[in-house]
Amino acid sequence: MAIWLAGRRGASYCVKALISTTFRSSRSYTTAFASNGNSDSLFFCGNSSSAAVFGSQRFESTKARQQLDLLSSDDDEEQNQGVDFPGGRVAFTSEMSFLPESSEKRVQCYRVLDDNGYPLSSTQFKHVSKELAVKMYRGMVTLQTMDTTLYEAQRQGRLSFYVTSYGEEAINLASAAALGFDDLILPQYREAGVLLWRGFTLQEFVNQCLGNKNDYGKGRQMPIHYGSNKHNYFTVSSPIATQLPQAVGVAYSLKMDKKDACVVTYFGDGSTSEGDFHASLNFAAVMEVPVVFICRNNGWAISTPITEQFRSDGIVVKGQAYGIRSIRVDGNDALAIYNAVGVAREMAIKEQRPILIEALTYRVGHHSTSDDSTKYRPVDEIEHWKTARNPVSIFRKWVQRKGWWSDEEESEFRANVRKQVMDAIQVGEKIEKPPLADMFSDVYEEVPSNLMEQERLVRDTVKRHPQDYPTNIPL
Amino acid sequence: MWGILSQKLGAARGLSSQVVGNYVLRLRLAPSAMPMRHYSSATKEMTVRDALNSALDEEMAADPNVFVMGEEVGEYQGAYKITKGLLDKYGPERVVDTPITEAGFAGIGVGSAYHGLRPVIEFMTFNFSMQAIDHIINSAAKSNYMSAGQINVPIVFRGPNGPAAGVGAQHSQCYGAWYGSVPGLKVLVPYSSEDARGLLKAAIRDPDPVVFLENELLYGETFPISAEALDSSFCLPIGKAKIEREGKDITITAFSKMVGYALKAAEILEKEGINAEVINLRSIRPLDRATINASVRKTNRLVTVEEGFPQHGVGAEICATVVEDSFGYLDAPVERIAGADVPTPYAANLERMAFPQIEDIVRAAKRACYRSVPMAASA
Repeated sequence: MAIWLAGRRGASYCVKALISTTFRSSRSYTTAFASNGNSDSLFFCGNSSSAAVFGSQRFESTKARQQLDLLSSDDDEEQNQGVDFPGGRVAFTSEMSFLPESSEKRVQCYRVLDDNGYPLSSTQFKHVSKELAVKMYRGMVTLQTMDTTLYEAQRQGRLSFYVTSYGEEAINLASAAALGFDDLILPQYREAGVLLWRGFTLQEFVNQCLGNKNDYGKGRQMPIHYGSNKHNYFTVSSPIATQLPQAVGVAYSLKMDKKDACVVTYFGDGSTSEGDFHASLNFAAVMEVPVVFICRNNGWAISTPITEQFRSDGIVVKGQAYGIRSIRVDGNDALAIYNAVGVAREMAIKEQRPILIEALTYRVGHHSTSDDSTKYRPVDEIEHWKTARNPVSIFRKWVQRKGWWSDEEESEFRANVRKQVMDAIQVGEKIEKPPLADMFSDVYEEVPSNLMEQERLVRDTVKRHPQDYPTNIPL
Repeated sequence: MWGILSQKLGAARGLSSQVVGNYVLRLRLAPSAMPMRHYSSATKEMTVRDALNSALDEEMAADPNVFVMGEEVGEYQGAYKITKGLLDKYGPERVVDTPITEAGFAGIGVGSAYHGLRPVIEFMTFNFSMQAIDHIINSAAKSNYMSAGQINVPIVFRGPNGPAAGVGAQHSQCYGAWYGSVPGLKVLVPYSSEDARGLLKAAIRDPDPVVFLENELLYGETFPISAEALDSSFCLPIGKAKIEREGKDITITAFSKMVGYALKAAEILEKEGINAEVINLRSIRPLDRATINASVRKTNRLVTVEEGFPQHGVGAEICATVVEDSFGYLDAPVERIAGADVPTPYAANLERMAFPQIEDIVRAAKRACYRSVPMAASA
């Protein structure tokens, strides 16, 4: 189901949401926003039918249900009663018309601030405190600075690999700020900022990238594959979109727990081509689980532009195809992200349903340190997004105008963070690598005998031929 | 060693091999190996289907985190009725019917295991597991290692594996070797009802991801089952093979349906004076190298039997194992019986030619014992 936002000037306006039937009796409800600019909260008055009842959906499906509300209601409603089929009643038409492959107008994008950081006059958004705004802004700057420093470290050969999140700082920090600590995160790999918000320290990030003994991953993964149980951030996994059905599974488990928490999973535009994307959206809707799908549509999947990735109007329209409420948001607008994710989270938990958010943005950096994006896209395009549409600058303007930040604080903060990252690298490089035993543990819950034997053999060999082995590997 | 002895005696004295066999048998100090000796004296019987169903039922009753998910497992009572009655008993949140997406529900299962549930994911056949194999290997098998123990995956993937009867190439492949090669997975292959109960319960309780390879044709077969095996706390150890039939002339390893064939082959061989030891592997990963090697050191000859493709198969691994650990004890090259190296044909006559039959096992055993065998088309 798509929420159509009718932006109008004036004090109040309301949004009408229509749902097409699934296996349930039809229902429609209105969603009303409280008016005026700086109001405290958005609220929904929904009178949807009974909350998702466990187990009812399967048994209803075999019965033909009553009518459905049609989206285009100016059709001849009185005239035709419709015809029953599995799935419900459909009105019939004598006119053979194909739904167009795309609608004339693209789905609109929710936005709070314009490119210069001024709130759009008609936009409704939740009040953000100074503390929260500054924390978000600092997080964005920290992410940007950490990225720059670690990217340079890779170029110097101190890291083997790195992935930056340039251009997506707002998505990272603002979405994290809108979530609760108990919400479980299943990331793709360009969401380090979410982990940063939750308290992962610069030293912890660097330890993982260096694969030293203090890495929570025990040196088993490539850089940027962070994971931390205590931060409710699942370990990054390289294959694309595998985290999506997993997120639905985690949400299923969470649903059974009945906690005031949801699952949030991130993915890029490229991920939406994977089979896992379709399976997980479909499944999430059928199982009615509290999961928020956040798509970072940044225009590029390595060198594949979105025009070659899909032919739909982005990802937001795909939500409705699966029976999922969706919204398109300006991903470079921190306040828009903060608002949309907050509302999505509430809906997901209260109504136990999946929500899809498409955050439009641009991948300013290269895909990774193994990529040179100037080879497949124009340099001035990158420059444009780096300067005129930079999410950090936009938010900075808004925060500074509020009197909550200043230029002096900016330069001081940036210099400070950079120094911290450099120190973390220096400290991290001096820390030992993981011990040999870590190669054999965690394959299974208990180390099996064959691996114990292999470890013995390796240690024997190292003892007998020490000259063949690096000296910095603790045994 | 006994095998050679009996041959020499037979050759020297012109005695029939049967007499020689018996003579040699009496010299042994170990208790005589009678077939079917290993089932206790309880007389209850159970089909493999009921064994699996009861195991699932008991584990779901004992632990509310255990749930079943797959296509047709609920309303339809299971494509092969393994999950019969579970939906009525435990409700739709614990017996979840899924849309047709193996990748989807395998991934969802793994995700739910990440967060504390214990899913039992059913594939209608393991041939369809290929559509989910990324989740089995990259998500389930490797997660504990890659997350350094932060994410463990106590999941069971189960379903029929290998050929059935007349189901063609895309429904007949055996995946024992594929999953058996992946560190992080445990791969179990039950044969009898006792195996089915004990190993499935062990798999569900195990904190690691387990691939549980059943066999469609065995579902309907009845086996005697002891009172001990019927107890709800019954569990078999993972990684231990079972010696189904003790013998001293030759070791035959098999798993799943081929165990039955190997036992029948052993009976035929017995009549010809070859006393075969049949090992039911029960577990492909971890492979019970100790039992296999101890047996080969006793008999000095080995025939491996499997329905899967020969190249890179389970038999190849067993052969390498024996060469590594017990080369000096082998009196003959290892005989490897496997399915034909072709996609499974449908026509009944061709299908029969594509999989090991009892005669193939008998001929291989004789070859390993240096008996001359008539030239015949081998599997």
